[in-house]
Amino acid sequence: MGLEAYLILAATVFCIGLFGVVTRRNTIGILLGIELMLNAVNINLIAFSHFNGSTTGMIFTLFTICITVSEAAIGLALVILLFRVRRTVMADHLDLLKG
Amino acid sequence: MTLGDLAFWVLSVLLVGSALAVVLSKNLFHAVLWLALALTGTAGIFLLLNAEFLAAVQLLLYAGGIITVVVFAIVVTERLIGERLSQTNRGVVSGALVSGSLLAIIVSTLMQRQLPLTPLPQPSDLTGLLGKQVLTTFVLPFELLALLMLVAMLGAIYFARPED
Repeated sequence: MGLEAYLILAATVFCIGLFGVVTRRNTIGILLGIELMLNAVNINLIAFSHFNGSTTGMIFTLFTICITVSEAAIGLALVILLFRVRRTVMADHLDLLKG
Repeated sequence: MTLGDLAFWVLSVLLVGSALAVVLSKNLFHAVLWLALALTGTAGIFLLLNAEFLAAVQLLLYAGGIITVVVFAIVVTERLIGERLSQTNRGVVSGALVSGSLLAIIVSTLMQRQLPLTPLPQPSDLTGLLGKQVLTTFVLPFELLALLMLVAMLGAIYFARPED
């Protein structure tokens, strides 16, 4: 399989994740969509690294995976805090800043 | 069609199918389980790309760590009483339009470029080389990453602390 196939696969997963982020009402669902998008980016990085015979992309992926894990931990802690304060995790009920 | 091509197609179908299930599934808990499948499929793709170490990291951190944390968050925040709320908002059509057109733009751009079909040779001991590079060339980002993870851990504990 050429590089193109991997890039198209990653683009597909990225767009599915974007769809999830845009349409989910539950904030945890939105976080799941973000995980999918970041995952697609990792496929891209590793595919480029593989086809260029370089390891830099793989090291970058190592860093992005760790940063994603931190992001998920903080995001879910925020969701739990939000639930405690507002008793809801539905993103369209959280409209405090809407004028 | 070689064995690698077949594996790529099987993993692609698995990955795209489970990704669709993640965003479309009505039950959020099922969505998380589908996400676990999608992340495992991604680890398979990494294996196809000769990144064994990253496939292992992917399984340990994502499929092991994140899924567990998300399940806990759902259990804590799910309302046990009251009607089941709809999981999607009114933007389904426009969301599909936006992500579909983004996909079309990316794919059409990729089609115009001449991309390499065969990979360039990589060093044999890839995992060892990754370890060496992380601790020599990329040691500063590595240490910053350690700091970031410490801050994230402290932040998560601070946010989710019990009410006093």
